[in-house]
Amino acid sequence: MMRFSTLLRKPAEWMRTDGPHNDIVVSSRVRLARNLIGHSFPGWARSEERLKLLEIVRPAVEELPEMRDAFSQEMTKLSAIEKQVLVERHLVSREHAAKSGGCATVMNRNQSISIMINEEDHLRIQSLRPGLQLMKAYQVLDKIDDELESHLSYAFDRKYGYLTACPTNLGTGLRASAMLHLPGLVLSDQINQTIQAANKIGLAVRGLYGEGTEALANLFQISNQTTLGQDEKSIIEHLDKVIMRIIENEENARHKLVEDQPTMLQDQIGRAYATLRFAYVIPSKEAMNFLSMVRLGIDLGAFSDEERDVINVLLTEIQPAHLQIEAKRKLNAAERDVLRAEIIRRHLKNLTEPRFDDILNENPDDE
Amino acid sequence: MNCDSCQNKNATVYLTQLVEGKMQKVSLCEQCAEDKGVTDPTGFALADLLEGSGTQSVSQSAAAAQDDEKCELCGFTQSDFKKTGRFGCSQCYQVFHSGLDNLLEAMHRHSEHHGKKPAHFIDTRSSQTKAIEALADIAKLNLLLDEAVIVEDYEEAARLRDSIAQLQNKTLEAEPDPNDSANPDA
Repeated sequence: MMRFSTLLRKPAEWMRTDGPHNDIVVSSRVRLARNLIGHSFPGWARSEERLKLLEIVRPAVEELPEMRDAFSQEMTKLSAIEKQVLVERHLVSREHAAKSGGCATVMNRNQSISIMINEEDHLRIQSLRPGLQLMKAYQVLDKIDDELESHLSYAFDRKYGYLTACPTNLGTGLRASAMLHLPGLVLSDQINQTIQAANKIGLAVRGLYGEGTEALANLFQISNQTTLGQDEKSIIEHLDKVIMRIIENEENARHKLVEDQPTMLQDQIGRAYATLRFAYVIPSKEAMNFLSMVRLGIDLGAFSDEERDVINVLLTEIQPAHLQIEAKRKLNAAERDVLRAEIIRRHLKNLTEPRFDDILNENPDDE
Repeated sequence: MNCDSCQNKNATVYLTQLVEGKMQKVSLCEQCAEDKGVTDPTGFALADLLEGSGTQSVSQSAAAAQDDEKCELCGFTQSDFKKTGRFGCSQCYQVFHSGLDNLLEAMHRHSEHHGKKPAHFIDTRSSQTKAIEALADIAKLNLLLDEAVIVEDYEEAARLRDSIAQLQNKTLEAEPDPNDSANPDA
């Protein structure tokens, strides 16, 4: 069984590897909600009922071939900061981190699969992949789901499908979401239009850490809102199609910015570079937004392509709990701002000055 | 700005939500926000839906017809659902099924599942199989009941027994006697 310290040492695999459309789609995530017949849902169950369910479910999860050498722990056995680290890595939900007795998390070594036991549902099975790979992420889950189903008595209804604690997850129990980096649409003031259009066709757009969180670093999560009435493949294909359209819009917005406002763009990327390289005190929000500008710079060719993974990792490493794990003690906000600046300087030490010639010459007006 | 709900305290919580493409804005004081549960973002989307058209009919018809019926397996009631927006256990979907379709239509624009089914699940739409499925559920609960008796957990056993009885009744209700129904060809 893997230890928490080992889990921490390595950033998640999806942050370090490339995936399709990686310039705009940071990661893809799919989760399935499943419950067992004859047991109260976790939110309604008494603590001893949750423990009983954990005893039934946990062995089945740990015996999955995908979970060989996994990290498996009850949430009560983790400190507040350790739980927060898992939230910052998108391995457990904020709700799950706040739960008490009978809740556990099992995740594989490269942090691409995590299974929450006794979250809002008895089982929340999640798969994470770099870039736009929603269908691949689902196929991994589908296989795990088949395996678990042969050991556990799932609650399933002919009419309503997989039965979930909240009717908003009923049917497939499937939520697919992609994390999109959309600085072009934000800078050109088209983002609200995009969000509204997505809402209109039944998709939700949220900030970096899910419902109710702010869209930091120009990162947006887009996901299906409805789970009942469409099969898994159609839900994912529909989302895929919409994401491809957003990618196209983002690319167009970027082209237009390069053409119409090259100085503004150079200035934003240059300032972000300078601050991140040389600041000694940097608040989270400022750091996130400047990292987004450097990421845009990478996409536009102002920095080397290899720096993209560094930015992905940094976006997580500078979050409050990660900083406190690094410092091995509790830090107040001011102390965090200092350590954050230090970590960013260290990671970006070799980042060379932005070169804009290629970008600006790409659109010669002289015909 | 005053709170939209109590009209006298200063509003500190501002909510903006897109509902079917229309922007809705609400300003609340901290107390009212807490009372309405909007400080919990996960509960809120649903709370908003519960205010909407689909659910009124659920709560009204269900409350009138069922007088706060209780799920025998987990003890959950209709008013618990109104409070939390979540059910107590999978059996609740059978117990509180009346009006549920309206809620699901408002939520998903569908009220029937299409997609994956557990491998052992027999998929036909005939009422006969539906009855068989219900029997399969009852059989599973009976197994749990046997286990509970073996480990002498009589409280659990009683719960399961009542739940089985409730499920059996629901199955009978859902299954009108073929001799009873008006058949024009007969």
